[in-house]
Amino acid sequence: MDNSRRDFVSAGSLLAALIAVGSKAADLAQSPSNPWNQAAFEAKTVADALKSLGIPVAQGGGEVNLTVPEIAEDGAVVPVIVRCRAAGTRELHILVDKNPFSLAASFFLPDGTDAFVSTRIRMNETSNVIVLAVTDKQTYLARKQIKVTIGGCGG
Amino acid sequence: MKPGTSRLALTPRQCEGLIASEGGSCSPLPLAGEGPGVRAMAVGVRNRRGLALLALALLPVSAHAADPTSVYRQMLAEDNPAELAVAHGQQLWEQPRGPRQAALTACDLGQGPGVVKGAFAALPRYFADTASVMDAESRLVHCMVTIQGFDRQQLAAAPFSEAGAPQTDLEALVAYVAAQSRGAKIRVPQSTSEEHDSYARGRDLFYRRAGPYDFSCANCHGADHLRIRLQELPNLTRPEGARSAFAHWPAYRVSQGAVRTMQWRLSDCVRQQRWPQLIFGSQASIDLSTYLGVLAAGGTMDAPSVRR
Amino acid sequence: MADPMKIRAVMQSGRVEVKILMSHQEETGLRKGADGELVPAHFISNVSVSHAGREVLRVQWGRAISKNPFLQFAFRGAARGDELTVTWIDNLGDTRTDRITIA
Repeated sequence: MDNSRRDFVSAGSLLAALIAVGSKAADLAQSPSNPWNQAAFEAKTVADALKSLGIPVAQGGGEVNLTVPEIAEDGAVVPVIVRCRAAGTRELHILVDKNPFSLAASFFLPDGTDAFVSTRIRMNETSNVIVLAVTDKQTYLARKQIKVTIGGCGG
Repeated sequence: MKPGTSRLALTPRQCEGLIASEGGSCSPLPLAGEGPGVRAMAVGVRNRRGLALLALALLPVSAHAADPTSVYRQMLAEDNPAELAVAHGQQLWEQPRGPRQAALTACDLGQGPGVVKGAFAALPRYFADTASVMDAESRLVHCMVTIQGFDRQQLAAAPFSEAGAPQTDLEALVAYVAAQSRGAKIRVPQSTSEEHDSYARGRDLFYRRAGPYDFSCANCHGADHLRIRLQELPNLTRPEGARSAFAHWPAYRVSQGAVRTMQWRLSDCVRQQRWPQLIFGSQASIDLSTYLGVLAAGGTMDAPSVRR
Repeated sequence: MADPMKIRAVMQSGRVEVKILMSHQEETGLRKGADGELVPAHFISNVSVSHAGREVLRVQWGRAISKNPFLQFAFRGAARGDELTVTWIDNLGDTRTDRITIA
C-alpha cells in the first residue's frame, strides 16, 4: 500500500498549502498532502476507478455495511451511510455503477477516527451503490441497489 | 440516574425530543443493519411515566419505517440543507442593510416589533398599519421596504431563485422566520372582519374552476388518494391534509436544491392549473394561505421541511 | 470567501460526532443551463477536518456529491471545549474554513 496515503500533515501547513493553491483559480485545485485523484474521479467504470485508486480486488464482505434508502424520490440527493467493523480501516470509498463517473467519494481515516461516514450523493438512474473499505490487511466490499424515481409534479 | 433503559428504533432527534420532557439520556447503540434513518438508541428514563412514554414511542415509528418514501425523507430531514438558508436568513434579519442601513429587528410580524418566535404559525393575519391581511412573505417585503428602504418593485420582480442559483434574500428570511415557529401550534387568526373576508375569498378561489382545463384547486386537492404520476396529493379539505401542507412549507425541495416558499408553491400549482400567473404577494395569493391556514388549525409547524 | 458551513460537533460516549452542511452549488458539469449550454463543473474536491493541529479526516469528492454537501463522521481523542477546524476547497480554487467549539 502506498505510504503517501498515510502522510498526514499538520492543519497549519495544510491550510497554507490550500491558500497558496486557492490563488490559482484556473487550475484544478491540488493540495500536496491530499492530491485529488483525477484519474479515479474521471473513470467511467467501477473497475477503472478501482484501478486508479490502487485498490486490489475485494477479498471480503460482511465487515462493511451500507445503509441507504431502498427508493430515492430524487436521484439528486441520495443519503449513504457507510460503516466498517474491521480493525485498522484506513479508507472508505463510495462508487455508483451507472453514474457517468463511477467514483463519488473517498474518505481517509487516521487513527482514532471511526470507520463511519455519512454523505449524500447524486445518482443518475436506478443503480448499484458500491462501498469499499480498505484496512491494513485487506479490502471489503458491500453493494446495494437503489431505485431512483422521478416523482410527478407537486409536493 | 437509575431506571428503565429501553432499546428503541428512533432517530436521535426523536430520542432527544422524548427525553427532553422526562429527563434521561440517549446514546447510540453499536449498529448492526438497522433500518435506514432510524438507529437503535439506548434510552434511559427516570421513572415509570417515562417508561410508559417510551412504550408509546414505539408505535408511530414502526408504522413510519414501513413506507419507503418516508424512510428517504426521514434520512434527509435530520440534517436538512435548509439549515444553511435558515442561518443566512438570521444574518439578514439581524444585519443593518439597504439604503437606510437598518436591521429588520424592528419588523412586526404580528407578535410585536422584533418578535419572531411563533410568528409564522399565526400568519396570515390582519395588520392595522397596512389595513390588510398579510402573509409572512408580503410582511417581510413590507418591512424590507419601510424599514430598510429597499425597492418594492425589485423585490417583487424576482422573489424566487432560479435553478442553480443561490437562495434569494426573501427565501432565506422566510426559512429563518418559519424555523422560529417549529413546534408551535398553527393558529391563523379569524378575529377581524378582514380576516374573515380573506378566508372566504380564499375558499372561493380554492373551489373556483377556471382556465383552459377548468381546473380548481379542489380537483387535485379535494379528495383522498389522488396523485399526479408518483406524487401523492394531500386532500386539503381534510384537517390532516391541510395541517400537513401548512406545517411543511417553506420546504427544501430536493429536486431543485433550494428552499421554496408557500407563495412559490401556490404559484407553481396555479401554473400547472393553466391559470393566469399568480402575482407574488397579491391579495389572492395571501387569501389562499389564509384559507389553508384556518383549515390547518391545531396542527404543528415543522418548517422548513424536506420535500422532493 | 464562500458562504459559511453549518457545523455541529458534539461529545457522545467518548467520541466527537461531527455533522457538517456546506453551502455549495455542486455543478456536475453535465447540466445544461437556460441558454442550452453546459454549466461548467464546480464542486468541492477536498475536505479536511483538524483538531489540535492534527488531521482527523481527509476527504476527496467527485462531481456526484449532492448540492449543499453533507458530511458526518466521528472520532476519538478530543474533549468538550476543544476547537475543530473544517476546510474545503473546490475544483476552481475557491475555499472556505470554519471553526467550531466541541459541545
